[in-house]
Amino acid sequence: MRDFTDSGPAHRTGRDTQGAHYGGSEIVTTQGSSRRKTAAGAAIVVAALLSTAACGGGGSSDNGGKAPGFNAANSKVANASAKKGGELKFVGTQDADSWDPQRGYYGFMWDYARYYTRTLITYKPGPGKESETLVPDIATGLADVSADKKTYTYHLKDGVKWEDGKPVTSKDVKYGIERIWAQDVISGGPVYLKDVLDPTGEYKGPYKDTSPDKLGLKAIETPDDKTIVFKLPAPNVDFQQMLAMPSGSPVRQDKDTQSKYGLKPFSLGPYKWESYSPNKSMVLVRNSNWDPKTDDVRKALPDKISLTLLTSADDMDNRLINGDYDVDINGTGLGAAGRTKALQQHKGNVDNPDTGYIRYAVFPQTVAPMDNEHCRKAVIYAADHKSLQTARGGPQAGGDIATNMLPPIISGSDPKYDPYGVTANDGAANIAKAKEELGLCGKPGGFSTTIAVRNNKQVEVATAQSMQAALAKVNIKADIDQYDGAQTTGIIGNPEVVKKKNYGIIIMGWGPDFASGQGFLLPLVDSKYILPNGNNNYSMLKDPAIDKLFDDAIAAGTPEEAAGIYKQINQKVSDHAVYLPFVFEKNVKWRSSRLTNVYTTTNNNGFYDYASLGVEK
Amino acid sequence: MLAYLIRRFAAAIVMLLIVMLVTFGIFFLVPKWTGVDPATMYVGKQSDAAALEAVRSKLGLGDPIFVQLFDFVKGILAGRDYTGGGSTIHCDAPCFGYSFKNEQAIWPVLKDRFPVTLALVIGAAILWVVFGVLTGVVSALKRGTLWDRFSMTVALAGVSLPIYFTGLLSLAVFTYGLHWLDGQYVPFSDSPGGWFSGLLLPWITLAFLQAAMYARLTRATMLEVMGEDYVRTARAKGLSESTVIGKHAMRSTMAPILTVLGMDIGALIGGAILTETTYSIPGLGQAVLQAINDRDLPVILGVTLITSAAVIFANLVVDLLYAVIDPRVRLA
Amino acid sequence: MTDLNKTGAAVGEPVAAERPSDAFLDVRDLKVHFPTDDGLVKSVDGLSFSLEKGKTLGIVGESGSGKSVTSMGIMGLHTAGQYGKRKAQISGEIWLNGKELLSADPDEVRKLRGRDMAMIFQDPLSALHPYFTIGKQIVEAYRVHHDVDKKTARTRAIEMLDRVGIPQPDKRVDSYPHEFSGGMRQRAMIAMSLVNNPDLLIADEPTTALDVTVQAQILDLIRDLQKEFGSAVIIITHDLGVVAELADDILVMYGGRCVERGPAEKVFYEPRHPYTWGLLGSMPRIDREETERLIPVKGSPPSLINIPSGCAFNPRCPYADVPKDNITRTVRPDLADGGSGHWTACHMTPDERERIWTEEIAPKL
Repeated sequence: MRDFTDSGPAHRTGRDTQGAHYGGSEIVTTQGSSRRKTAAGAAIVVAALLSTAACGGGGSSDNGGKAPGFNAANSKVANASAKKGGELKFVGTQDADSWDPQRGYYGFMWDYARYYTRTLITYKPGPGKESETLVPDIATGLADVSADKKTYTYHLKDGVKWEDGKPVTSKDVKYGIERIWAQDVISGGPVYLKDVLDPTGEYKGPYKDTSPDKLGLKAIETPDDKTIVFKLPAPNVDFQQMLAMPSGSPVRQDKDTQSKYGLKPFSLGPYKWESYSPNKSMVLVRNSNWDPKTDDVRKALPDKISLTLLTSADDMDNRLINGDYDVDINGTGLGAAGRTKALQQHKGNVDNPDTGYIRYAVFPQTVAPMDNEHCRKAVIYAADHKSLQTARGGPQAGGDIATNMLPPIISGSDPKYDPYGVTANDGAANIAKAKEELGLCGKPGGFSTTIAVRNNKQVEVATAQSMQAALAKVNIKADIDQYDGAQTTGIIGNPEVVKKKNYGIIIMGWGPDFASGQGFLLPLVDSKYILPNGNNNYSMLKDPAIDKLFDDAIAAGTPEEAAGIYKQINQKVSDHAVYLPFVFEKNVKWRSSRLTNVYTTTNNNGFYDYASLGVEK
Repeated sequence: MLAYLIRRFAAAIVMLLIVMLVTFGIFFLVPKWTGVDPATMYVGKQSDAAALEAVRSKLGLGDPIFVQLFDFVKGILAGRDYTGGGSTIHCDAPCFGYSFKNEQAIWPVLKDRFPVTLALVIGAAILWVVFGVLTGVVSALKRGTLWDRFSMTVALAGVSLPIYFTGLLSLAVFTYGLHWLDGQYVPFSDSPGGWFSGLLLPWITLAFLQAAMYARLTRATMLEVMGEDYVRTARAKGLSESTVIGKHAMRSTMAPILTVLGMDIGALIGGAILTETTYSIPGLGQAVLQAINDRDLPVILGVTLITSAAVIFANLVVDLLYAVIDPRVRLA
Repeated sequence: MTDLNKTGAAVGEPVAAERPSDAFLDVRDLKVHFPTDDGLVKSVDGLSFSLEKGKTLGIVGESGSGKSVTSMGIMGLHTAGQYGKRKAQISGEIWLNGKELLSADPDEVRKLRGRDMAMIFQDPLSALHPYFTIGKQIVEAYRVHHDVDKKTARTRAIEMLDRVGIPQPDKRVDSYPHEFSGGMRQRAMIAMSLVNNPDLLIADEPTTALDVTVQAQILDLIRDLQKEFGSAVIIITHDLGVVAELADDILVMYGGRCVERGPAEKVFYEPRHPYTWGLLGSMPRIDREETERLIPVKGSPPSLINIPSGCAFNPRCPYADVPKDNITRTVRPDLADGGSGHWTACHMTPDERERIWTEEIAPKL
């Protein structure tokens, strides 16, 4: 309990970054951070009052004691049930970036999209690690892969229909995927398929397609309505992962409203859109043309699914605890006030899953003296990991202390790999080693640098302050620069700006798009990802050995084989000493007592699997 | 009177044009000064060059400010098309811009949210005027007494307590503690009763803050008016004290209150952000807050213009009402 | 109380001890005190006078002498509209038409206000409500006391406006005060005061805010109306010239008390109090050459919280040392009848005062 009360201001960890996948750290919501700063004090007072009121007034009636227990749904199924009916009520403070399957990038959108869209293959509906397994969805099975690993063939199931009753064809799948090429209209979503199938950008997208059927993309063939063939210029071990993203969804050409498609996507899943008002509300109702016999993935238990978007995160927490809603769609975890109350009074409604995120500091090698490996190591040794963990919210809301850059959900990861002896030192700063490294760096008297941190993320600012204090003990003077958090692409994403502003330390967070080294680490450390603008390889790491290992991993025959390579990459990254990981993130999630079939998944950032949820009436 | 009306209308329109020019200038110039390409805000993480170019040409970011302004005004009057990246989006008149984040024209959003904010503000205004003025009058008439001190202390508290405190407190007590009120916004068309009970707490909370100010203003004005010669004249005529206060003194007391009321209503229409956020009321304030968080410039621009128009309109109404109350104004 | 001057004789006659008095208006030992943070303000401190119907009394004095407070006291305006904890303390007796007002039910006094006694104020611009038309304000004044419909009252209002000399009264009745000139406003104010044919009309500085030519017209109007309606009139002014033309009797106030009173021609032409001399000296006169300097009353009016002991005027009086034994600074002089109902409160002997007036004062005027 101490960690929650001590965690200070009412800012939930990760609300900001959790929303998105790859690069999610930047797309993100800035929801309410400044407002919440001012409200924090009041919130704590109110939380205290609230607790009293609830105890005195018998207020716990809403959650009448049926809650299955703390962490009951953390990687295991709680309240298993096949009972249909009722309304599943989602609440949130942040709308999706887009509900268009080819444009959405936020993690919760990917989870929610399974209500109205289907892909050739998808993730297994199962708790924890089970969810990382790929299973067929509208395809009859996983791909037939050619011997050279460059041709993937799928066959579509019979009876898969659009919401108007017309069958879904392979051409619809191809058209949907082609939309990713029209980046000038269909912007914002993941572009893995485009990069893998057409690395040179030869195809210009369906809206500029001169072929009569607008299916001019050569890398995908549709010999008949039931068959689709993908021809990769080069093998990619994670290709099926990319197809499992919502961006691999079919879109029917006559229903494509281009940039407005996200306002009302045409459904082929168990639910279709009844109403949607951006930033306000959404209602999904059953799609009578969805045939459960074609679908082993979705339980489709509720009759109706509603989403209400609020602006106050504290209000949302209160309403969740009050029983007005079932799940926070954004999946960002309770704020400090709500967390305290939930853990004290309704611990049985709380889960504490891993999110797959790493929170870390990164050292741009272009900024002196961080160009010197020993100066970087000095910073790593001088950091107080325990204090950083506390700044992130403690073990429950913050997460476990991270000792390397590969989160536990990714194959090839080893949470015990601890090259800088953090665990051995119990998370404390290693002043002696830090001083030794300073000497080796030629700066025995310390140096000055600047910590760049997003101004809209109080928790990140708190970690920056923790670092500042720890570094001061070895005479490293670090100024904190809080830059506009909505402008990451142009500020820390621009190596020129980073250099000009002398950002020796950048505080960031990162989550995987899919559970693989390619889906997580590649953009952070591969030299190909160094960009003049929108850069993610903040460390400016250019190691041909690492680049080579990535190529090998991607071309590997099996994910297991690739995992071994990612393990090597992770060790090489540690050797370069360009990253200082803080925590493998966790958050504190609320699950209403009405929810059935509820479990968290590891493939999607510790979200509950929305497609399996049901409600008791 | 007619000349006065015409003058006021003309002034309001000129004001609106100036606001539009200045707002537009800010939105045009600030990104230039800060060296930020607004287009990057619309394309997400994947800064695809084609996507950026498409947004730039849709927004007309390359055009000179006067062309942009002309297009904008034209959009309001006649609608406009946003063309870029091989697609065209039509925005019907009155087109106050188009949100590329939400793929929506802004006017329908404003039309959807404006009545919500209006209901919040007007409902609260009725409460705060009734209670604020009543308290102020009674305090003025009983000045120096225990009642006066008590109510003015409460009023001071009301003025000082921020809405995110009283709001959260009211929610904690009445909604989550006692379960008296749901405190959640329901559209009027869904359920008039739910709408009323959902807005009751926001009304009371917002009205409490404002009523406090009105009580103090009323008390001060009333005390001043009670010392006026014409109040003495009214008594010298033999009018009963209730007529003296209710008719002669109140009429003068209401004039400054009306002025402040008009400005408050106008300002709150654009700025009930805290109340709307605290109680999750889907009004204009919430829309603009989301737009600010999203850096959705067209929405911010549209809401700014609409709320400026609301403030100007509210002031126009006040001017006209003032002229009805105070005949001397008609000459001015 | 015994040490206070309580002669309170009616003008020209000693006050009858028995009550009620026969006089139309009889004010006896009126005291109006206001408690303040600094102390008790004795605005009126033992004033007595009486007035018959058809007669005009001029009350003269500097500002702060208590003349306006007296008129408000008669109208009962110190008790009406007193809110909060600090209320004016009023004592004495005010008899109007055989009825004592201070002890009467406030609502009865209210009904007398505007009907039996009416008032004209100094500044008609501030005294008329800016937001109501002249007509409405007159109609309201009429209908408080007469159960008539609005139309009848309006006809009455137009009639009154006509009577006070406002041109096109049927049109001007719908004008607002700010649309009138100063003189017109005061005429409208007079029309409003007289709409109920009051028996007593109190005009508080009725011409001060007006320019000189208009002043004369208004005074003429008041005189004419008085003749016509036969009311008793009290004119309150700091300007002896105003009362000289109108008043039958004059009462000079200083520091909340009467220092001299008597028939107008007596007070005006044979004043017997040094303060009255000062007032006369400071009065502009048409027959005086412009080059000569006005002689104002030196010094400033006394503090009403700490009224000087002895004669309240002693600090400003050039003749304070004429009486022996410093008596002017220790003993308060009583009002004494100098004959023909001409009363004065001064320690100097009548002879001394007559000598000073004829030898020193009158030639300079």
